[in-house]
Amino acid sequence: MARTMAEKVWEEHVVRRAEGEPDLLYIDLHLVHEVTSPQAFEGLRLAGRPVRRPDLTIATEDHNVPTMDLLAPIADPVSRKQVETLRKNCSDFGVRLHPMGDIDQGVVHVVGPQLGLTQPGMTVVCGDSHTSTHGAFGALAFGIGTSQVEHVLATQTLPMQPFKTMAVTVNGRLRPGVTSKDIILAVIAKIGTGGGQGYVIEYRGEAIEALSMESRMTVCNMSIEAGARAGMIAPDQTTFDYVKGRPHAPQGADFDAAVEHWKSLRTDEGAEFDAEVVLDADDLSPFVTWGTNPGQGVPLDAGVPEPSSFEDPSARAAAEKALAYMDLKAGTPMREVSVDTVFLGSCTNGRIEDLRAAAEVIRGRRVADGVRMLVVPGSMRVKEQANEEGLGEVFKEAGAEWREAGCSMCLGMNPDQLKPGERSASTSNRNFEGRQGRGGRTHLVSPLVAAATAVRGTLSSPADL
Amino acid sequence: MEKFDVHTGRAVPLRASNVDTDQIIPAVYLKRVSRTGFEDGLFAEWRKSDPDFVLNRPEYEGASVLVAGPDFGTGSSREHAVWALQDYGFKAVLSSRFADIFRGNSLKGGLLTVLLPQEVIDRIWAAVEADPTTEVTVDLVERRVRVPAADVVEPFELDDYTRWRLLEGLDDIALTLRHTDDITVFEGTRPDWKPVTL
Ligand code: SF4
Repeated sequence: MARTMAEKVWEEHVVRRAEGEPDLLYIDLHLVHEVTSPQAFEGLRLAGRPVRRPDLTIATEDHNVPTMDLLAPIADPVSRKQVETLRKNCSDFGVRLHPMGDIDQGVVHVVGPQLGLTQPGMTVVCGDSHTSTHGAFGALAFGIGTSQVEHVLATQTLPMQPFKTMAVTVNGRLRPGVTSKDIILAVIAKIGTGGGQGYVIEYRGEAIEALSMESRMTVCNMSIEAGARAGMIAPDQTTFDYVKGRPHAPQGADFDAAVEHWKSLRTDEGAEFDAEVVLDADDLSPFVTWGTNPGQGVPLDAGVPEPSSFEDPSARAAAEKALAYMDLKAGTPMREVSVDTVFLGSCTNGRIEDLRAAAEVIRGRRVADGVRMLVVPGSMRVKEQANEEGLGEVFKEAGAEWREAGCSMCLGMNPDQLKPGERSASTSNRNFEGRQGRGGRTHLVSPLVAAATAVRGTLSSPADL
Repeated sequence: MEKFDVHTGRAVPLRASNVDTDQIIPAVYLKRVSRTGFEDGLFAEWRKSDPDFVLNRPEYEGASVLVAGPDFGTGSSREHAVWALQDYGFKAVLSSRFADIFRGNSLKGGLLTVLLPQEVIDRIWAAVEADPTTEVTVDLVERRVRVPAADVVEPFELDDYTRWRLLEGLDDIALTLRHTDDITVFEGTRPDWKPVTL
């Protein structure tokens, strides 16, 4: 029978199947960070259980870490305690850790792919919903809660209920200035924050195939914002070229054998999806959000919508509430919304390509007066590469702050936060109330829009410069 | 894990859709390394900034069933959201739609998330708002929610396996470790080129 890629990867990882029980799936790679793991390690300790496969586990520090003064101790005692706890847990249980100051430290979803640990056809989990990022390689990758983290540490498996499959086909070609971030914001605006619930989404079509590996990661990253369990993209030559030569990629004959296998993972001709959505890339333009969930987005050319334009009463109520929180008036052109802060970074858009794209826009220009721009590379290796290419200088000369790697203002667990009432254009993935700091207001944008907005001080695209 | 069979308690009507886990427990409360004491973080922003927020209203004090709007628990995978609800005293959450990861986390940890049609949720909201002492019974044995005051006797779906695990209060890890031999056999079949971290 014709099968989808997600079904094939699932089948290859079934350790045990029994009538009336969830399948027990084997996990190829478990990524760990400081926030969702302490209670899991504590559970192991209490039960006297070891980590079954430390060699399939890797940890880094990202959510809490400061992005300045790395050598000083973390000022916030609670953040410091979490980081110290991770260090102790990794050393007690024999787990490889990339701590602050290490070249491979950074946001966990940037670190895995750059080390070549994320490969097609794998099952990848992490106590973090944006694990969906790794699906860009054709891996089945999903976020889990802390008790599942403990389960994977103890058994390297997870009991899993089956999922449904959805195909999101993006036909045509993106116009210049339109990015993969705009694709995924448009998808979420179309299907809603609950539209993907219970599904693994496979993104396909000409526009997706044309994307670079890093742009594909941006798309899969935000699958969770559509409510999906995971997002996947079929591995192809772009994928193989990206993986080849990375520290943990298969070598020589092994690489060829792996590629042979990876090619077989593509969804079979005639395989059926439980749901299908089609989008035309030619129609897309830069997208921005106006509300407090990632589905509340419009093209930058549009205005803040009227709540009364939503038919569904709960969507209307949500829009009213969002406009009040965001302090926006219906009908205001998005281009007239001015920001205090621009955040370029996160596991959505903190990779080298994102920095290159933004630097290209900002080169030779200045960040507008009264605007602060934070550039936070996704990992220290990204930062090193950016410095080698002179991008750090470009940002600094423009008046932006060129920081160390981490989650930073994506969720404001470290000192990088919005103050109450402040407004940001952010390349991250969530515009929830207070996500970037208490009372802060977030507009989600692409790196290109972020850079242009920094220069003009109002939501803008590079074409406006 | 505590067993769950039948729970009867008063309810809190949370008339909001898309309540994400950043609202259920803001990130600043995630910094603890212990497993208990998360009740202070539950809806912390709303409790602090809005005196009329349902959890601030004395008539709902001591309630143990949360009746929420659609798309409850979206966003971050933080299991702390489940712990915060439990530490605060909630035993069950009713909604017409839950985010997947939140639902998975809740059922692992013994917080029963019950899917009901929105029309039934509307009736329970109305009954509870009219009389905050209204009792709601969540019966896992019969897989039914009963609210006599609202004339609600509504079946709900939950797969047999999860139901059994909750009724018995069984921990997933202990169950899986019974199949360690299967795991070892599977490991023997994995291709050599799969990456290792050490
Ligand atoms: S960058 Fe943001 S979304 Fe990504 S892992 Fe960090 S906090 Fe989560």
